Amino acid sequence: MPKVRVATTSLAGCFGCHMSFLDMDERIVGLLEHVEFSRSPINDIKHCEPCDIGLIEGALCNADNVHVLKEFRENCKILIAVGACAINGGVPAMRNNFTLAECLEEAFLDEIGVDNPQIPNDVEIPLLLSKVHPIHEVVKVDYYLPGCPPPADAFVKILTDLLEGKEPSLPKDMLHYD
Amino acid sequence: MTSSYQLNQTDHLLHVLFNEQQKSLHISNAAITSIAAQLNLPRAQVESVVDFYSFFHRTPRGRFDILFSNCTSCGDLKLMQQLCERLQVKPDNTRADGLVSIGQTSCIGMCDHGVSLLVNGITLTSISAQQIDHMAELIEAETALAQWPASWFKVGNNIRKEGLLLASSFEPGGALKAMAGRDGAAIIDEITAAGLKGRGGAGFATGMKWKFCREAQGDTRYVVCNADEGEPGTFKDRILLNSHADTVFEGMTICGSVIGAKQGYLYLRGEYRYMLAALENTLQQRREKGLLGSNILGLGFDFDIHIVIGAGAYICGEESALIESIEEKPGIPRIRPPFPVTQGLWGQPTVVNNVETLVAAARIVLHGHHWFVSSGTWQSRGSKLLSVSGDCARPGIYEYGFGITINEILNDAGAEHVQAVQIGGPAGRLIPADHFEHRIAFEDLATGGSFMIFDHSRDLLEVIHNFARFFAHESCGFCTPCRVGTTLLKNGMDKICSGHGTAHDVDEMNRTAALVSRRSHCGLGMTAPNPIRDGVKYFPELFEARLLHQEMEPEFNLDASLEEARNLTHRDDEEAHL
Repeated sequence: MPKVRVATTSLAGCFGCHMSFLDMDERIVGLLEHVEFSRSPINDIKHCEPCDIGLIEGALCNADNVHVLKEFRENCKILIAVGACAINGGVPAMRNNFTLAECLEEAFLDEIGVDNPQIPNDVEIPLLLSKVHPIHEVVKVDYYLPGCPPPADAFVKILTDLLEGKEPSLPKDMLHYD
Repeated sequence: MTSSYQLNQTDHLLHVLFNEQQKSLHISNAAITSIAAQLNLPRAQVESVVDFYSFFHRTPRGRFDILFSNCTSCGDLKLMQQLCERLQVKPDNTRADGLVSIGQTSCIGMCDHGVSLLVNGITLTSISAQQIDHMAELIEAETALAQWPASWFKVGNNIRKEGLLLASSFEPGGALKAMAGRDGAAIIDEITAAGLKGRGGAGFATGMKWKFCREAQGDTRYVVCNADEGEPGTFKDRILLNSHADTVFEGMTICGSVIGAKQGYLYLRGEYRYMLAALENTLQQRREKGLLGSNILGLGFDFDIHIVIGAGAYICGEESALIESIEEKPGIPRIRPPFPVTQGLWGQPTVVNNVETLVAAARIVLHGHHWFVSSGTWQSRGSKLLSVSGDCARPGIYEYGFGITINEILNDAGAEHVQAVQIGGPAGRLIPADHFEHRIAFEDLATGGSFMIFDHSRDLLEVIHNFARFFAHESCGFCTPCRVGTTLLKNGMDKICSGHGTAHDVDEMNRTAALVSRRSHCGLGMTAPNPIRDGVKYFPELFEARLLHQEMEPEFNLDASLEEARNLTHRDDEEAHL
C-alpha cells in the first residue's frame, strides 16, 4: 500500500507548531511506516508534490505566504490549519491595530539606533499585506487543529484518525487550555 | 447593596451623563472623574457606562447631533447621505467648526411615520428629501430646535384597529378601586384565570410571575415596567405610553400592591425621551389624586414610580440587562437563574413586565377575566397590539384577538404583492408568502408585536443584511459566540451582497448561525441568526442568484491588500502583485 503523503509549512508563524509536532518523539518512527513527507521544513523539500494531507502553521502576512498557501491548496487533498496564527491570525495579527506604514516606519525609520533609515524595497523581499489574515480567509480549510501550539498528542490524534479513514475528532482535554 | 437602597432619579448615572453629553457635547475624562466623585461611584463603572451606551461619546459631537434611523421601516440612509453632502460632513464625524455631526442609529420606533431621525435626542418624523435641504439651512443658520417647524416633531398614534384594550375607556384609579376588598392572592387568581401571558415576546404567564415574586424571600420588592421598546419595527408601547400612560402606571401600582413593592421603575428607551415630560406630568397628577404615594386610595399600601431613561442600547430590553442598567451599570445580561422574580433589582425579588402586559393586567382587574378571555384562542388569551409597518397603504397599530392570520392583517393594512413578512422583528421570523395562513398566537407565531411587510420591490437580501448589521452593532460584547459570531454573520452577508460570495460562504454562515444560536449567553445571540437562517431556508434562490460559481473566493481583494506596501516601497514589479 502506498504511503500517505504529508506536506507541512510555516507561513507567518514561529515554527512552534512544528516543534510541537516533533515533540511526538519516538512515535514519529511508527508514523513514518504509514506516511512520507513532501515539502516540509523537516526535509527542506522546496515545492509541494500532489499530497494527501497539508499542515499549515502561521498566518498570512505577505505575498509569498499567499503563493505558498495556494500551492498547498492546489496540491493537498486535505488541508489542516494548525495553531492559533493559521486559525485566527495569532501574534502576527497584533500589527492589525496599526497601519502598515506605522509598522514599517517604526521598524525602519524612527526606531532608536536605525542606521541609514529606509523602508526595504528589494524585489527579493515579498511585499507585506496591509493586514494579517487567518488562512481560511483565502483558501478552503478542511480541518482546524487549535492550540498555541497544539500538543504533540493532538497531531498524533488527527493524523491517526485520518490514516484510519475516520472523521478527525479531538477529545476535550486537547481543546482546553485554561 | 443594602435593601433600603433608594435611587434618586435626578442623580441616576444615565441621567447625569445625558446632561453632561448635552452640555459639553461629549463626556471627557475630567467629567468622568468628577461625576464618579459626585455620585460616589467607582470611576471604572462610570467609564464602562460611557463606553457601553451609544448615546454617550468620548469625543465631541456637533452642536446639532443628528442620528438617522437605519431601520428598514423608519430609516433611509440615502437621506443621511444627502444631509451629509449638503452640510459637508462625513457620517460619524463632527464638522471641523463643531456645528454638526451626523450618524445612524438602530430603529427609533417611528416605523409608521416613514423616515425618522433624532436631533439632540429629540424625534423628527416623516422626513422627505425636500425637508433635508430645509434642515440643512436651519442648521447652517444655527436655528434653535424650538424655531424649527413644529410639524416636523409631530408623532401621531396611527391607531388603525382597536380591540379589547384600545377600544375601552379607562378612568384613572378605576382598576385600583376595583381591587378594594380583594387580597393579592385573589388578584393573582384573576390574572391567572385570564391566562395573561407576557406581551414582550417570551410569553411567560403573568400571574405566575407575580406569584413567584410575592412568595420569594426578600427585604423589599420592585416592579419594573420594560418600556425599552427596541425591537426594530415595534412601536406599540409608544402609543400606550402616549395615550394610556395612566393604565400603564395603574398596572404597575396594582402589581406593587400584589407583590408587596413600594417602588416601581419605568425604564424608557432613550429614543422616546420626547415623551418624558408628559409621563412625568401623568405621574404627578396621579400623586395629586392619591393614586401614587402613601396609603393609596386608603387601601393601606404605599407605592411610587420613577422613570429611568436608557441611552441607546437594544440589549437593555432583555430584562436582566435592563435591571443592570437601572443599577447604573452597562446593560450586560445576567446569568439566569436566579431569575429576577427571586433576585432582581439590587438582589431583591422583582417583577419585570412589558408595557402592554401591565395595561392588560390593569384592565383584567377592572373588567374581570371573563371579559379578557372573550378574545383570543384557547392557548393565547386576549388581544395583541401589532405594530404594522413597511410596504403597505396603512401602517400603524392594529389590535387583534390572538388567532388572526397574516393574510387578514395584510388585507387590513392594504399590502399588495407581498414577498415576505418579518414577524417579531429581526429577532423573530421571516415568513414567506406561502406561509401567510399562519396565525399570530403563542402556539403558532409568537411575537412582541413587530410586523414588517416587504413587497416584491424590496431586495430581501439587503433586508437580511440590514438585520445582520443590526445584531453585530447591538451585541453587548460579553460572550464570544455572540460578539464574534454576529460580526462573522455580518461579514458573510457583506460578501454575498457585494457579489463575492460562494456556496462555501453560505455553508459557513449556516455553521456559524447554528453555533451562535446554540452557544450565546442570552436571547440576543440566540435569535440573531434567525433572519439569515430563515432567508437561506425560504429564499435560497435569492442567495443562489448572487453567488459566484467557484469553490472559494478570498474574504478580501488580495492584490488591493498589497497596495499600501507598493506605495511605501515604490514597487510595481511582477512580484508586487497578486
